[in-house]
Amino acid sequence: MSKDRDVLTGVHFLNGDDAIAEGALAAGCRFFAGYPITPATEIAERMAKRLPEVSGVYIQMEDEIASMAAVLGASWGGNKSMTATSGPGFSLMMENIGLGMMMETPCVVVNIMRGGPSTGLPTLVGQGDVMQARWGSHGDYGVIALTPSSPQEAFDMTIEAFSLSERYRIPVIVLSDELIGHMYERVVIPEKKFLPRIRRRKPRKAPSEHLPFQGGEDLVPPMACAGEGYRLHVTGLTHDEKGYPVISAEAQERLVRRLCDKIRKHAAEIIRIEEEGTEDAEIIVVAYGCVARSARESVNMARKSGRRVGFLRLLTVWPFPEERIRELAANGVKGFVVPEVNYGQIAGEVERCAVGRDVLMVGLMGGAVHTPEIILEAIEEMA
Amino acid sequence: MTKPKSAQAGSVAGEKVRLEVRLSGFGGQGIVLAGNILGRSVVLFEGKNAVFTQSYGPEARGGACSADVVISEGTIHYPKVTHPDILVFMSEEAKNTYGKLLEPETTVIIDQDLVRNEGLEGRCSRLLSVPATRFAEELGRKMVANIVMLGFLTAVTGIVRHDSLQSAVLASVPKGTEELNTKAFEKGYQYGQEGEGGERG
Repeated sequence: MSKDRDVLTGVHFLNGDDAIAEGALAAGCRFFAGYPITPATEIAERMAKRLPEVSGVYIQMEDEIASMAAVLGASWGGNKSMTATSGPGFSLMMENIGLGMMMETPCVVVNIMRGGPSTGLPTLVGQGDVMQARWGSHGDYGVIALTPSSPQEAFDMTIEAFSLSERYRIPVIVLSDELIGHMYERVVIPEKKFLPRIRRRKPRKAPSEHLPFQGGEDLVPPMACAGEGYRLHVTGLTHDEKGYPVISAEAQERLVRRLCDKIRKHAAEIIRIEEEGTEDAEIIVVAYGCVARSARESVNMARKSGRRVGFLRLLTVWPFPEERIRELAANGVKGFVVPEVNYGQIAGEVERCAVGRDVLMVGLMGGAVHTPEIILEAIEEMA
Repeated sequence: MTKPKSAQAGSVAGEKVRLEVRLSGFGGQGIVLAGNILGRSVVLFEGKNAVFTQSYGPEARGGACSADVVISEGTIHYPKVTHPDILVFMSEEAKNTYGKLLEPETTVIIDQDLVRNEGLEGRCSRLLSVPATRFAEELGRKMVANIVMLGFLTAVTGIVRHDSLQSAVLASVPKGTEELNTKAFEKGYQYGQEGEGGERG
C-alpha cells in the first residue's frame, strides 16, 4: 500500500469530523478502535475507509470501554492510536482513560460533544463535557484538551494532539462539538514535509538499567514499547519506577504528584489562547469551540458601536490559562462575559481566576449555539 | 454582520459581504447534497469562503430539511443562516417551517409544482419559480431535481459562476451519473437564463 496516501495535500471542503480523521492520518496514526456514535460517526467511517490505504488497522469494538482499552494496547505496541466518540461513549471510556493516565500511554481521544446528560440530544450541539474532560476519571491526573473552532483547526489540532500525547505521555483529548464536527469549510492540508511529526522518545539506557516510570528532569519518562527488548510491567495500581505495584502513601505521593506536575509545570508550553483587543478592553469575552465563532461576531458588533470589548479564545481549555485571566483581571478590566453551550463550566474557571471582577455566564443548555445577538446583549448588560 | 445593501442578492455578488442561502425541502430530495455542492463550488473553484451546515437528524430523512450556506470574501464567523438573502423551498412543509425567516429583502425560489405562492407574494423582494422536479422527471430521474434547482439558482442570482458550480457538481455526484447531472444542471441554468420563472427585478 502506498504511503503517500496518508497526507492528502491540497485544498478541501471538509467537515470537522473528516478533518480530524485526516489530521490523525497525517500525524501518523495507524490504529483506530471505536464504537460509532452520532455526531462522531463520520470519523470512524473515514478511518475505516482510509486506514487500510496506509497499512493501518481499524477495529469496531463491542463498546467504548473495550475501544479505549484497545487504543491503549495499540499504543504500547508502538503505534500512534486513537478513538472518537461523543458524550455517552466518553462516559464509558472514562475508566480506561484513567488507566491510560496511570500507565502514561500516549494516544488521542476525540469527543464530538452533543447535548447531554445521558443520551440527550444525539444530533444536536452541546459543550457540556468540559468538566468531564478535566475530572471524568477518578483520582488526580494532568489533562490536555484542545477545542477547535473550525474544520481547519480540527485538522491542525488533531496533529497537535498526537504531538502533545507523545511529548507528555498521556491520552490527549480533542474536545470538539457537533457544530464544528458537521460543519463544512475550507481545509488546507499542507505538504507532508511541512507537517510536524513527533517521534516517541525512547530509552537510552540498556534494558537492564532502564526504569520505565522514572520521570527524570522533565517528569516524562521515555517509553519502551512491547517487543523492543525492554522488560515491561504496566498497571493501574500505584507503582514504583520499575512499574511494580507499591501500595503506600510514599509511592502514591511520588507517582501521582508527578502525573499532575508533568502537565502543571509545562502548562505555559501547552496552553494556547488567541487574544484580540484585550489590552485596553473594559469587557472581555472568553469563548471556545463552536461558540467562539458567535462570540467573535458579537465582539465585532460591540466594537462597531464603540465599546471597548476584547476577545479571548481558548484553543486549549485544559490546562486552563489561569495566569493570563488573573493578569487581565488585575489590569483593570471591568468583567468577563463567558458564553458556552452548558450551564457555566468554563465560566466557573474564569470566576476562580478573575477575583473581584464581574463574570457573566451566558449559558445555553444545548441544541443550538448562541446567535451573536444573545452574546451582544450580555455585553451590553455588563457595560 | 455586514449585510448586503441591495435588495437583490444577484446584484451584490462579488462584493465583500455576507451572503446567506438556505435550501429547504423534504428529506430525500438531495437538499443537503445541494448545499454541499454550492459551498464546495465557492470554496474550491472561486477562492471565496463558504460555510455549509445542515439540519441533521431524523428530519433529514423525510419531513422538512434544510441546508445553510454562508458565502463571503471575508472571514465567516457565525456559520448559521438567520437573515437569508436567498431562500429555496422545494416542499410546502419546508415553506411552512422556514417561511418565518422571510424578510422583505429575501429572494425566494420555489419548485412551482410542489410549492404554492400563497404566503410568499408581497413578503419578499423577488419570487422566482422553476418546475425543477418536472424537468428532472423529463430527464428520466426525479432525484436530479436538486441539481436542476442549483442550475436555476446559479442563473438567476449570480452568486456563483456557471463553471464553478458545474465543476462542483461533477466532483460531488456518483460515478456514472455525470452526464445526467450535467444535463440537469444545464436545464435549470438555461431556464433561468431565458428569463423564465418570474421577473428578475
